[in-house]
Amino acid sequence: MNSGSRRYIIIAFAVVVAFLYILRLFYVQVVEDKYKLSAQNQAFLYVTDYPPRGNIFDRNGKLLVINQVAYDLMVVPRNMKGCDTLGLCKILNISISDFYKRLIKFSGSVKEASKDYRTYIFETQMLPELNARIQERLYRFNGFYVQARTVRKYNYAIAAHLLGYVGEVNQALVDTSSYYKSGDYIGKSGIEKSYESALRGIKGVQIKMRDVHNNIKGSFKGGIYDTAAKRGSDLICTLDAELQLLGEKLMMNKIGGLAAIDPSTGEILALVTSPTYDPNILVGRDFPKNYTLLLNDSLGKPLINRASQSFYPPGSTFKLMNALIAQQEGVLNGTTTYPCAMGFPLNKGMPGCHEHGSPLNLDGAISQSCNSYFSYVFKSILDNKKYHGKNKEGFEAWRKYIQSFGAGVRVGTDLPFDARGSLPTVAYYNKVFGNGWYTMNVISLGIGQAELGLTPLQMCNVVCSIANRGYFYTPHVIRKIGNDNPLEKWALKNQTLITNNDAYENVIAGMANVFINGTARSSAIIGIEMCGKTGTAQNPHGDNHSVFVCFAPRINPKICVAILVENAGQGAWWAAPIASLMVEQYLTGKITGQPRLDIKKRMEEGDLIHMDPTIKKTNPAFW
Amino acid sequence: MREKSNSLFYNIDWITVAIYFILILIGWMNIYSAVYDEASSTIFNLSRLESKQFIFILIAIVLAFSIIIIDASFFTATAYILFAGIILLNIVVCFLGTDIRGSHSWFKFGSFSFQPAEFAKWATALAIAKYLSGVAKKEWRTKLLVTIGFIFIPIAVIVVLQNETGCALVFAAFIIVMYREGLVQGIFLFFGLLVVLSIIIGLKYPGFIIGVAVVLLLIAAFRLMLVRRTVKQFLLTAIIVSLFSGLYLVAPKVMEKLPEHQTGRIKSWLGLPVSRAMQDRFGYNTKQSMIAIGSGGWAGKGYLQGTQTKYRFVPEQETDFIFCTVGEEWGFVGTAFIILLYLILISRLIIMSERQRSDFTRIYGYGVAAIFFIHLVVNIGMTIGLLPVIGIPLPFFSYGGSSLISFTILLFIFVKLDSQRLLILR
Repeated sequence: MNSGSRRYIIIAFAVVVAFLYILRLFYVQVVEDKYKLSAQNQAFLYVTDYPPRGNIFDRNGKLLVINQVAYDLMVVPRNMKGCDTLGLCKILNISISDFYKRLIKFSGSVKEASKDYRTYIFETQMLPELNARIQERLYRFNGFYVQARTVRKYNYAIAAHLLGYVGEVNQALVDTSSYYKSGDYIGKSGIEKSYESALRGIKGVQIKMRDVHNNIKGSFKGGIYDTAAKRGSDLICTLDAELQLLGEKLMMNKIGGLAAIDPSTGEILALVTSPTYDPNILVGRDFPKNYTLLLNDSLGKPLINRASQSFYPPGSTFKLMNALIAQQEGVLNGTTTYPCAMGFPLNKGMPGCHEHGSPLNLDGAISQSCNSYFSYVFKSILDNKKYHGKNKEGFEAWRKYIQSFGAGVRVGTDLPFDARGSLPTVAYYNKVFGNGWYTMNVISLGIGQAELGLTPLQMCNVVCSIANRGYFYTPHVIRKIGNDNPLEKWALKNQTLITNNDAYENVIAGMANVFINGTARSSAIIGIEMCGKTGTAQNPHGDNHSVFVCFAPRINPKICVAILVENAGQGAWWAAPIASLMVEQYLTGKITGQPRLDIKKRMEEGDLIHMDPTIKKTNPAFW
Repeated sequence: MREKSNSLFYNIDWITVAIYFILILIGWMNIYSAVYDEASSTIFNLSRLESKQFIFILIAIVLAFSIIIIDASFFTATAYILFAGIILLNIVVCFLGTDIRGSHSWFKFGSFSFQPAEFAKWATALAIAKYLSGVAKKEWRTKLLVTIGFIFIPIAVIVVLQNETGCALVFAAFIIVMYREGLVQGIFLFFGLLVVLSIIIGLKYPGFIIGVAVVLLLIAAFRLMLVRRTVKQFLLTAIIVSLFSGLYLVAPKVMEKLPEHQTGRIKSWLGLPVSRAMQDRFGYNTKQSMIAIGSGGWAGKGYLQGTQTKYRFVPEQETDFIFCTVGEEWGFVGTAFIILLYLILISRLIIMSERQRSDFTRIYGYGVAAIFFIHLVVNIGMTIGLLPVIGIPLPFFSYGGSSLISFTILLFIFVKLDSQRLLILR
């Protein structure tokens, strides 16, 4: 072969190889990202500065929720050589096999762990006492160090459900969120969840560089990419700590929910659910254990917020709604009278009623809670002449009025759980009774029974709308965030569809009489003109629920209360006295006079969970 | 004119010299960066590698200057003696040497060590040039046999005995020289390439069916090359096919018999299943090296800003894996620049070789170009995962006096020979 041409073949070969190498370098350095990520993971240590969460104050400036320091025990498995494993296990009260189980969970195997230079949380949220014991001997626990975090502390053991709790973020959120990283804390329920973004503040990050032995070699580029942590904002809550405390005491050993709202602002003054728990038990390393205990209590179901999540038939308290709707629809006025024959005469005496004078006008029907009267009223709404005998149109109109009071729809609070309740539809009844159903099929809606379901919060909101004579402010628990102005969205007035002022005054007159000569006269307070309505809600689960709604004072109302005590019999027995005590406490700051204190004592001590079921069915006033 | 031709630097190829200086400058900067530590003082300190390397560079430059002063005929006259001397040194080191990083190839003097195997590179180039230029009229078979038998096999065996297998591989570079000199036909190089490929495929995909497919492909390729269908051709094909099949079947078993670190490196390079421990031991270098280079991106992290190299994630980063520092701190721009610079140097060396009247200088020049080329290919190929880990330095970049001085001697003998290209040297 011509040796002259071989030089070109050789040069060409060198050029081709050089080109291939440059191509490969282009791929490795420019196209592929995985090497850059690996480099960051290896050489950068992102040290997070966790800001303290914001505090939560009650409406009077009392500190409800603050922070306390807790300590996470961190481990770098690779540096563990020579660690006093046994000593550490003793302090943490775990077995050696648990210890290695954790290591294996982190690194895959004990052998891998000896090479694993990543950092893991070995034990979370140790309280100061445990931390002190670890610190004493930390020099013997090679590879371990302690990182301070803040966790919650609840100054009053109240409003656990409303305040919520804080826990570690779950993996699903870590995967989708750009903010949360594994091991971060997040509000899991209540206010902690709703106002997470305000409370959490902003994490700071310091980018440190480390060498192959995991030694820190200083800040990346002198710290120009580091960010400072920003403290979480404080929240001003609308709760009245004293009122909430009283509510929880009164509801002790009973099952049910209570809501108290200032109708002039929509601010929730107290939101009680029972049974409840001390929010402090869901803090720290005992969280999983205690949470499981609460979760497994299938009878009390203490994790449910019965005041805003559970809905119940409102019973007779719903007669107020029907009275308003009928007046707005022009089928009822203050003087309308209907007869009662120990029941509703038009439907073979169903629903039944108790003994009282007959016939009654509206005022008397409310104070005596006559079932027959309100069956007539409900029939007149559905069979209204203006719908030409089409009771479904009457029914639709009725539904719309109710929804305008925030019942059967989400009322839009700032709580994470805000149940819609149950307000049956025409379509539902078409399915149950066939297309041609009669008013009599659904007549028990007239007395707040059947498929109706409202949460205590919704019941309270209905009362607010009545107390305000036609509008309500969306119930809420947070007035303002940090030093900002009060949240504007709460200033919005929600008008109901009932605009007839006389309708309200007629109903309110009846509600006032409930305390004068009606079903709740024993719960009256001297010097405060209260308006209320008892309810005794039948339900498929057992004894009747004791229900009561009220507001006070009659002019310029300051507080509305709705309460339901499960399976506690008549509204007048349990619900009405508790509600009246709440009103008195809020308006006067205390309970005055021996008779009232006696009632308070009786209510606090009343135990409907553990007591003999036959006694339960009687009025506690006669115990 | 007369005065000019008497000048020491008359006819020196300044392009080559300039590239040499650029490379040692960048090389030293890289070593400085690779061992850079913010915490320690930057005052000249002989315990620090960059200071040592600086001394090596000074020695190398003095040596280069000395070579320029010496008359070129010195190298033609003493080629065999130099070769014999270096061989002797290499034999002695087998008995008296010190172990450094598992290789028994170092003489140690205080804090400095010296590796004679590095010097064998230019000594071999000289010896081959001397032999081949003296027997121009002989048949190619004789030349090939003598070259392999009396020059390659002895030096390769000695170097392997020193546990410097990577270094022995360098002598394969002389295939290029032999190709240029007509000792090897292109078709045999092509054939050799096929053999290597079939071994690699055999290692990666051991299995009968794939083996058959590979062999059939090879036959097809070979039939295309040899069109005449004579009995001789047929026999040759049969021999080749059985050779291929044999290699194909035997290669995986041979691989298992190699020393553990070589098996491990080959397996992790081919991505063959190995135990986690083995992957960590032998795949770690390549993984860290690619992370360092890959994290450089387009333009790198900036001089002295490399985190992967500075914080010692890459093992051997100042010696065999020095290219990682280039890749991490200067990015694709830097790595492409270095490769192009070497390509220019190698091309320049070939062009210079081809302008010689003297066979000796031409053959030596090709040897120089080939040695640089194979170092470049193997070293950079290893750092970017194209080749298994083979411990040979990157010329002028890797830390180490022996290799720097040896490469300088290698290059400057040629620069000197080239400056006297108007003479016929024997």
